[in-house]
Amino acid sequence: MKFTLDWLKEHLDTSASADEIGKALTMIGLEVEGIESQGKALEAFVTAHVVSAEQHPNADKLRVCKVDAGTGELIDVVCGAPNARTGLKSVFAFPGTYIPGKDMTIGKGNIRGQVSNGMLCSNAELELSEDHDGIIELPEDAPVGVKYVDYVGMDGVVFDISITPNRGDATGVYGIARDLAAFGLGTLKSTDFSPIPSKGPSPIAPLPHQFDADEPKAIRKFAGRYLKNIKNGPSPDWLQQRLRAVGLRPINTVVDITNLVSLGWGRPLHAYDADKVEGQMVLRNARGEAFDALDNKVYTLDDTMTVIADDKGPLCLGGIMGGIRSGVTEETTNVFMECASWDPDLIAQSGRKTGIVSDARYRLERSVDPALTEPGMELATRLVLELCGGEPMEPAISGEDVFPDTVVEFPLAEVNRLTGLTVAGDEIEAILDRLGFAMEGTGPVRSVKVPSWRPDVTQKADLVEEVMRMVGVDNVPVEPLPRLTHVAPRMLTTIQNRRRIARRALAARGLDEAVTWSFISHDEATRFGGGTEDRQLANAIASDMTDMRPSLLPGLIAGARRNANRGFADVALFEVGQIFLSDQPEGQHTYASGIRTGTATLDGAGRHWSGKAEAVGVWDAKADLAAVLDALGVDIEKVQVLPEAAEWSHPGRGGRIALGPKVTLGWFGELHPALSAELDIEGPVAAFEIDLDAIPEPRKKATRTKPALALSPFQPVSRDFAFVMDRGVTAAAILKAARGADKALIKDVGIFDVFEGSHVGEGKKSVAIEVTLQPRERTLTDEEIDKVSSAVVAAVTKTTGGELRK
Amino acid sequence: MVGPSSHEVAGTPVTDLPLRQAQDEVLREFSMSLQTQIETLRSELSTAIAGANSEAALETVRVSALGKKGSVSALLATLGSMAPDERKTAGPAINGLKGEIAGLIETRSAELKAAALEARLAAETVDVTLPLKPAPTARGRIHPISQTIDEITAIFSDMGFSIAEGPDIETDYFNFTALNFPEGHPAREMHDTFFMKPGPDGVKKVLRTHTSPVQMRVMQKTNEKPAASYITPAMDPPIRVVMPGRTYRNDSDQTHTPMFHQVEGLVIDKSSHIGQLRWVLEEFLKAFFEVPSVTLRFRPSFFPFTEPSMEVDVQCDRSGSEVKIGEGNDWLEILGCGMVHPNVIRNAGLDPDVYQGFAWGIGIDRIAMLKYGMPDLRAFFDADQRWLAHYGFRPLDLPTLFGGLSS
Repeated sequence: MKFTLDWLKEHLDTSASADEIGKALTMIGLEVEGIESQGKALEAFVTAHVVSAEQHPNADKLRVCKVDAGTGELIDVVCGAPNARTGLKSVFAFPGTYIPGKDMTIGKGNIRGQVSNGMLCSNAELELSEDHDGIIELPEDAPVGVKYVDYVGMDGVVFDISITPNRGDATGVYGIARDLAAFGLGTLKSTDFSPIPSKGPSPIAPLPHQFDADEPKAIRKFAGRYLKNIKNGPSPDWLQQRLRAVGLRPINTVVDITNLVSLGWGRPLHAYDADKVEGQMVLRNARGEAFDALDNKVYTLDDTMTVIADDKGPLCLGGIMGGIRSGVTEETTNVFMECASWDPDLIAQSGRKTGIVSDARYRLERSVDPALTEPGMELATRLVLELCGGEPMEPAISGEDVFPDTVVEFPLAEVNRLTGLTVAGDEIEAILDRLGFAMEGTGPVRSVKVPSWRPDVTQKADLVEEVMRMVGVDNVPVEPLPRLTHVAPRMLTTIQNRRRIARRALAARGLDEAVTWSFISHDEATRFGGGTEDRQLANAIASDMTDMRPSLLPGLIAGARRNANRGFADVALFEVGQIFLSDQPEGQHTYASGIRTGTATLDGAGRHWSGKAEAVGVWDAKADLAAVLDALGVDIEKVQVLPEAAEWSHPGRGGRIALGPKVTLGWFGELHPALSAELDIEGPVAAFEIDLDAIPEPRKKATRTKPALALSPFQPVSRDFAFVMDRGVTAAAILKAARGADKALIKDVGIFDVFEGSHVGEGKKSVAIEVTLQPRERTLTDEEIDKVSSAVVAAVTKTTGGELRK
Repeated sequence: MVGPSSHEVAGTPVTDLPLRQAQDEVLREFSMSLQTQIETLRSELSTAIAGANSEAALETVRVSALGKKGSVSALLATLGSMAPDERKTAGPAINGLKGEIAGLIETRSAELKAAALEARLAAETVDVTLPLKPAPTARGRIHPISQTIDEITAIFSDMGFSIAEGPDIETDYFNFTALNFPEGHPAREMHDTFFMKPGPDGVKKVLRTHTSPVQMRVMQKTNEKPAASYITPAMDPPIRVVMPGRTYRNDSDQTHTPMFHQVEGLVIDKSSHIGQLRWVLEEFLKAFFEVPSVTLRFRPSFFPFTEPSMEVDVQCDRSGSEVKIGEGNDWLEILGCGMVHPNVIRNAGLDPDVYQGFAWGIGIDRIAMLKYGMPDLRAFFDADQRWLAHYGFRPLDLPTLFGGLSS
């Protein structure tokens, strides 16, 4: 909220400078967002003398003026104001000056054939008032060519502070002054809230509260006062300036008074034009009515929102905003002034539902001092009588305020326990006393009564905060946190380590790590196995961010597409992040997924003198996946690689990595061409996904010792075999068969040639394997080698249905 | 060796006997003709050796001279039929020739080998200035968020904090209620919460608006095992954890994105207080920004789950294009913190008169931006290769305290 230094000094007797006050405000928890000079926006305007004003030759309503703005030469200015006359002292804006009231910057111009080099200004153009009937008239003795803000003494300082949601008491200048006084920056000045005698019975009866027992009831106490025969009109200059300085538009005296009390004491009011009320005023919940509010918008009010209504319907959305129908105008002569006490939570709820942001709501949802309901009404009455005259009628009061009357049993040692500060008991008592807390008793535990304006203080820790903010957090001695262990033990869990390792492994393979949104479009989510309602946002921020992602690939592909649109079609991207298989905690898994597009292979993308740029494909995806698994201690040779493509994959160029029938570790493949088209990405895309949570937790080992290394002194022997078999037989099947032929002797089986062609037969392929035998006890004889060879041939031909190539 | 055999022949002692004379005559004649032969051969072979331009041509010359049927070998063979006297002079002469020719061949062979190597080397020369393809490690980059999380982890794990985690889709209870956000309180509204559509279990769920719900999961006394292995199980005090993770708010501009990253810290024991909180934060920020000192300003503030609550500003220099931490006269709000609210400790099943502690929350993306100078948060999530190449980190830039957080 904003307030001026002058305004603060109405409530605080202080000699502190604006700077000191600013520092103090921040120290005590009223964070200063800005301190500005009030006249800042008008710095460029100067006082000027209209040396001559003559009729414009080509326009009846314009005058051509010669203006002395203290520059030593006369400036030609065309002016349309009727009061622009020779000899007038006024306010001048040079070309290039921003005119706040017009939201424009004045330039050099030519108006109907006459040069105009600047502008003579009205109060409205300077946003000093609504007066735009003519240019500003300054006294005859006004100096020429000085800054207008200096001349009028507009040297006020405007503070802008942010109020945390717990500090309803600081939403008025009075409450801020109270806090500053407690901090020691001056003395709080009291306000005269004394009752004003009435001139007769109230024409408006105390408002009945029409609520059923089980209805939400926002109103607590309603105090109203009928003020008869007032004379409304524009408010006095001091009031207008005060409101303008904090960004409020003066409207008329009565309305300006309600704003003055709202901002000055944090006590929102509402004024009704009593002559526009029809029938009886009551308090009730709305009934789905449409309500024309003062912000010129129409709201539909539901039955959880309390309104002040008459026979025709709602007059005011209680505690939030008044209605147009009973609004006070300059012509109003009879006013009904409301000062009411409300349930903060229900005000917040109505505010949220309607979306109305008002000064009243801002204060009432933070809670307003319940002890100020009738005093606030008396204060408003006093101000109306002072500025508008009139006769106050008897107050019309109904309902009860709620006073928590909290008393906290407060061990003084609590201050030290929670903060480390050492503050003497007397000092604690003095601080709390200055803040309005009454401390009773002696000894280590005291009873502290919380003042009515601090409902946020309910327990010991709250009192500690009060003491700490007055002593200053900067005075809390810094103390090292004792270590629990001297050398820290392992701090990362298995999954945390996996994420870290997967990232480094993939980046080391030339992929860039992306971090993409956790939410994607419904369409993308559906294509990648998600899109169920439990994974959708009820209030998404954008139509392409509606569903929690079931896969990292849509985000990566979208990233690749954006890169392609910028001219970078070859990208290698990965992400290690969460995906959502359901809305449950166990539905969240960490995947490591990556894509390569165009020619972004491990060797790098694009043409190069050293070789041809190869398009990415299934092998790139499989290699990336295998590298991550390897980095995580999983040998891809020891898990199942199955020719079962993922939904997103080319059916013949994709596979699944599994551990037994239940556990899937990941998928790899080329993006399905149909999906590529749907996702609007051109060229080949090689992709993989690894479910880092699916990898089994490594067994806990009793020792870090590695198994003994058994090295054979005998040279390994290798034999090559080539088989012809059906194209559909998998390499995995061949290798498994060959390895199983003699588990003791066969150390390794590798595939060194695969080809297809008419010479091996239609639908057939030739696969050549190299089998390595490792003798352990002695050199193998030819017979032994032949025996293993026959076993290999037999096993492979039996499993694959193929035959040995001769 | 050229010449001495004729000298020896010329120097041979002779007698005056007529026979002797005749013999001498013959011998002289013979000597002359052998000498001539040797001279001729020497001349021819030298020319041939010098003219051999390849190892093969040289070999041909060698065979023609020194091979079994070679000219020098043939000459040597004549020694056998010679008289001992003749042999005495002819032997050394012919052997001399043989040695001489062999030497010439050897020399020539070495010359040819050297020339051939020279030629090969010349032929094999490449333009070493041709550019390489960058290595995979020179291309791949780690995202600044991951790097920053690794940096934070390095610092806090050294200080004895473990890393705790919870789910992104949270229950309303863990995100708000357990953390002392009363239903309908304006503080809830300030969070711009994303709500989930109702799921099959009917539990009200939100995308967590902060990492604070993990606090409750870690503190809360329970006998139940977490629903998933990544979720940190509840622990008994003393608790020291940091909780990095993704958080979500329905907000978007240059410094706010609907998804961002936070790291929460929590200390619960029987004695920790604000003085120690100040120490932890100062030590962390000093280590993180890699500066010798930081000056912090603690301002009382309000969070529902801490009491007392504070916001912390760090002193910095914002005069230039980049923010310099540890110098200057400006303040920059950097984190929120406080003593864990007694209601929160109570909600966790602990007695706030026995247990106490502090918590803090920092925006990871924000401190990454401050440290590394990224101007726009939205770019973090765009996967722009140029941005990643510029702001990303090398795969082997592993942040450690012993090696330094950044290079």
